[in-house]
Amino acid sequence: MMPSGVRCLLVALFFCSALAACSKSESISAHPAPSSSAIPATGDSLVEGTIGEASTLIPLLATDSSSHAVAGQIYNGLVKYDKNLNIVGDLAESFYISKDGLTITFHLHTGVKWHDGTPLTSRDVLYTYRVTIDPKTPTAYAEDFKQVKSIAAPDAHTIRVTYDAPFAPALASWGVSILPAHLLEGKDITRSPLARAPVGTGPYRFKEWVSSQKIVLEFNPDYFEGRPYIDRFIYRIIPDSSTMYMELKAGAIDLMNLSPVQYARQTSSENFTSRFNKYRYPSSTYLYMGYNLRHPLFGDKRIRQAMTAAINKDELIQGVLFGMGQKAHGPIVPGRWAYNPAVKDIAYNPKFASELLAQAGWKDKNSEGILIKDGKPFKFTILTNQGNQQRLMTAQIIQQRLRQVGIDVKIRIVEWAAFLKEFVNKGNFEVVLLAWSISQDPDMFDVWHSSKNKPGELNFIGYNNAEVDRLLIEGRNTFDIQKRTRAYFRIQEILADEQPYTFLYVPDALPVVSSRIRGVEPSPAGIGHNQNRWYVPKNEQVY
Amino acid sequence: MARFLLKRILMLIPLMIGITLITFTVIHLAPGEPVEMQMAMNPKVGKEARERLTKFYGLDKPLHEQYLSWVGKLVRLDLGRSFSSDNRPVVDKIKERLPVTISLNVIALLLEFGLAIPIGILAATRRDTWLDKGITVFVFVGFAVPTFWLALLLMYFFGVRLNWLPISGLHTLGSDSWSSLRYLADMGKHLIMPVMVASFGSLAGLSRYMRSAMLNVISQDYITTARAKGLPERVVIYKHALRNALLPLITLLGFSIPGLIGGSVIFETIFAIPGMGQLFYQGAMSRDYPVVMGILVIGACLTLIGNLIADIGYALADPRIRHGEG
Repeated sequence: MMPSGVRCLLVALFFCSALAACSKSESISAHPAPSSSAIPATGDSLVEGTIGEASTLIPLLATDSSSHAVAGQIYNGLVKYDKNLNIVGDLAESFYISKDGLTITFHLHTGVKWHDGTPLTSRDVLYTYRVTIDPKTPTAYAEDFKQVKSIAAPDAHTIRVTYDAPFAPALASWGVSILPAHLLEGKDITRSPLARAPVGTGPYRFKEWVSSQKIVLEFNPDYFEGRPYIDRFIYRIIPDSSTMYMELKAGAIDLMNLSPVQYARQTSSENFTSRFNKYRYPSSTYLYMGYNLRHPLFGDKRIRQAMTAAINKDELIQGVLFGMGQKAHGPIVPGRWAYNPAVKDIAYNPKFASELLAQAGWKDKNSEGILIKDGKPFKFTILTNQGNQQRLMTAQIIQQRLRQVGIDVKIRIVEWAAFLKEFVNKGNFEVVLLAWSISQDPDMFDVWHSSKNKPGELNFIGYNNAEVDRLLIEGRNTFDIQKRTRAYFRIQEILADEQPYTFLYVPDALPVVSSRIRGVEPSPAGIGHNQNRWYVPKNEQVY
Repeated sequence: MARFLLKRILMLIPLMIGITLITFTVIHLAPGEPVEMQMAMNPKVGKEARERLTKFYGLDKPLHEQYLSWVGKLVRLDLGRSFSSDNRPVVDKIKERLPVTISLNVIALLLEFGLAIPIGILAATRRDTWLDKGITVFVFVGFAVPTFWLALLLMYFFGVRLNWLPISGLHTLGSDSWSSLRYLADMGKHLIMPVMVASFGSLAGLSRYMRSAMLNVISQDYITTARAKGLPERVVIYKHALRNALLPLITLLGFSIPGLIGGSVIFETIFAIPGMGQLFYQGAMSRDYPVVMGILVIGACLTLIGNLIADIGYALADPRIRHGEG
């Protein structure tokens, strides 16, 4: 991972195309792409700036988003999310879920070819499944496939998967990139040359990879959905975002993600808006302040509620994100089907915060204005990781707000590796400031279930609520959307009341695309969902 | 002489062992583990996956076994495979970055010395004039200006405003198909700004050394003698004074040799140059033990070799060292 990219997120990678950060709420686009003015034409290149370099182009082995962004153009899964975040067939022409929810049957498209000309068959799917669960494969993606009871391929284009119990994330788990069995079977996947010269079924074929400089992809003329318009996709690796922005202005790259300050302050000139289209929609991450519930100070619900009431989330969004974000009320990003809009958040109200604190026994203040109880001042440390300026600024604003209600907060920045090992995994913290990147499926068993609180697991704050435990299992063991919605709505209510985290904000994704590129269609799934339909009119082509 | 050499080379062996030990210990003492870095905080990763990866990297074995297996490979000049998910041999990773780093450093070094020497001489011979003071201000500004800031200003001015120079990277897209002359010219153009920024900062120190060395020499008797002989000032300065004044700079040049394979992270990151600095930094941040240890060992070896050559040089020049009396 990259220095600045030592991003402490769980990376929800399955459908991660470069910009497919998503939400169901209406996407706001500052400058909608001119849609009809030109005729689609083939040719030209699109140059995308990327901060981090891909590590391997076998997505099964990659854990970083840069790798998955590139691999997303080269490979296909059996299913994918469409622009409205519904699961639709990709390599699978159709799929059926049995009535009891235990069996999923996929029918593959016929006539799909690997980039080397070999036809795709169910053998490739079987291989992908087997290599994923093979204990010798060092992969991060085996968990969902381990729920599979049996898998069979009745013929060359049919796959039947059976589960022990209905498992809601199962369908989405078949969105993983299908790997070419004829090139990998019987070989050690960790030493395969495909890691640096992949062969997939996707709209673009791999052409060239110059280490730490660029990765070049070329159109696949035989792509089963038709040839993509743009001839080449080039990923240029530029580790510094200021440099990348200069390159954008100089016209050397066509697509990048802006920072909030760049979006708000540096890209509004006539000159810029005539050359680029900016887009803006909620990303699928949320920032939170997590309380160590094993710590005596934070075991009391009133204290956690008081903290939330003392923090002005609007101010954070204005100060840190220049307004490019929205308040978070719970673990689901606004706009998703599982998002409960009726949840009552605790509004910014320092008086109410003081009342709650007084109820919890923190009434008196010492000479410095810090609350004291039994002679001890109310103080703690917010811990966050190094290399993330936004988090540091957030912590500083929170520090100042909490000081106003009489809480003495220190901020400690720790390098990511040490942060995990010495503090989070050992439960050796009071409050952490972190972000979660969430997948399309609302299943959040690993973060909130009380069984997941061992060292290295994700419920590191030690949250334990029997009703939430039950609802989490209910939510993942059915395909019935209504039942799932009920479960997740209730979970959000409980979390909003108990405040194990103070949910802070959901930042916006802020991609910018050269106006020469047409066909960009902002949607709940972001702008990356139809990249093979993007085009450059003949008279504007530059490469 | 042969005995001296043999002794000197034999002494390298314990040194090498010490280097590998320290390198290995230091990186393993750092908190956090490679597996954690790749898999922590990911809900799709189970405990098993972690153990699987730990085993795959051989991190489940006791430390001394890990050390011995690493040193065992090292003796056969095998630096092992990277712990990042590409799992490539460390040697390959270093190899593809070394040429850029070395050439950039050599060019910058030549430029630094090429400029610092005349600047120093100029400042010394026109001591306390406005020129001297002007130079002083200029080099100290160079010393004080943060690299990244200067780099961004230059990029904006030459790259965005004037559009004269490419902003970052090493090649223009599509340059692969150009003739080799045009290709090289393109690369040269890409290197102008990085080299400028890289040398600017070091000018101050070097030119100050040069100035003081020159002043020191000029005030000596033999220079007065030379002048008294009626030699033209040009000959006095460049023939008689300069040679002696250069000595401290040559020592400095010697010190910078091992630095040639190192790179600056900030600078490489800003100009998107795929050099050693970035590789090392990323390796350290992700706890990619083999990469970090590999680079450290190579650096240490170069330093040792540099010292050895210097020692041999001294020995050749000075019989006292050669015979072990000094």
